Amino acid sequence: MITLPMYLTVAAALFTIGVLGIFVNRKNIIVILMSIELILLAVNINLVAFSVYLHDVVGQIFALFVLTVAAAEAAVGLAILVTFFRNRGDIAVDDANLMKG
Amino acid sequence: MSLQAVAFYLMALVSVVSALLVVSAKNPVHSVLYLITVFFSAAGLFVLMGAEFLAMLLVVVYVGAVAVLFLFVVMMLDVDFVALRQGFARYLPIGGAIGVILLVEMVLVATAVAEHGAAAKYAAPLAAGEISNTEAIGRVLYTDYLYLFEAAGLVLLVAMIGALVLTLRHRPGVKRQNIAAQVGRTPAKGMEIVQIKDGAGIPE
Repeated sequence: MITLPMYLTVAAALFTIGVLGIFVNRKNIIVILMSIELILLAVNINLVAFSVYLHDVVGQIFALFVLTVAAAEAAVGLAILVTFFRNRGDIAVDDANLMKG
Repeated sequence: MSLQAVAFYLMALVSVVSALLVVSAKNPVHSVLYLITVFFSAAGLFVLMGAEFLAMLLVVVYVGAVAVLFLFVVMMLDVDFVALRQGFARYLPIGGAIGVILLVEMVLVATAVAEHGAAAKYAAPLAAGEISNTEAIGRVLYTDYLYLFEAAGLVLLVAMIGALVLTLRHRPGVKRQNIAAQVGRTPAKGMEIVQIKDGAGIPE
C-alpha cells in the first residue's frame, strides 16, 4: 500500500534538491534554470498526490497550469540567457551587474 | 511487497538520484539528460497514482520540448563550464545544511497534514471507473476552468512572442535576399545593349 506521505516525501526530496542546486551552482544559470524545473516538478507531484488521494480532480487541473507556466518560464529564461551570452560572451551570473541594481 | 510498491520505490529512487546528479554533474549536457530521467520517473509516479493524462503531458512537454530546448542552448553556447563550477565546494556545506533542514521540515509537515491535518481523511486512490482520467480532467477543465484555460494559452503566446523578440536580431553587414528588388527587376533595368566597333573593347 503506497500512502500519501510517501509521495509527499519524494516531492519534498526533489524540492530540496532543487534548492540545493541553486545554492551550489551559483554561477551556472543553466543549472539554476534546471533546478527551478525540479522545484516545479516537486510542486506538481504534491498537487497530483493530494488530488488523487482526496478524490478531487481540480488538483490535476492546477498541476496542468503549473506545467504551462513552467514551460513558458523555461522558454523566456533561456531566451534571456541567449541574449545575455551575446552581450557578455559569458554566462557567469554572479557578476551580472549591467543594470547596476 | 506488492508490485506497485516495488514500482513506487524504484521510480522514487531513480528520480531522487537523478535529481542529485542534475545538480552535481560536471557537464551540463549530462545534467539535461539526468533531468529527462527525472521527468520520466516522475511520469511513472503519476501513472502509478492514476493520473495518466498528466503523465503523458509531462513526457510530451518536458522531455519533448523543455529538455530539448535546454539541450539546444547548452550545446549552442560556447561556455567554459569548468570555470562556472567554482564555488561548488564552498557553498556545499551551507546548501547541504539548509537542504537537510528544509527536507526534515517538509517531511514532518507533510506527514502531519496527511495523518492528522487537513488531508487526514484521505483514502486510497479510486480504481478506474467508467470515465477515464483524461475525460474527468476535460469535464472540469472546459467548464469550470475555461477562462483559466484560455489565460494559460495567452501565457504561452506571450512567452513565445517574448522569446522571439528577445533572441531576434538583425546583424549589420549581412547580405539578405530583397524580394521586392528581385520582383521589380525588368529587362530594361537588368541589361544594357552596347554597340561596339570592330577591334575596340567595351569602354567602362
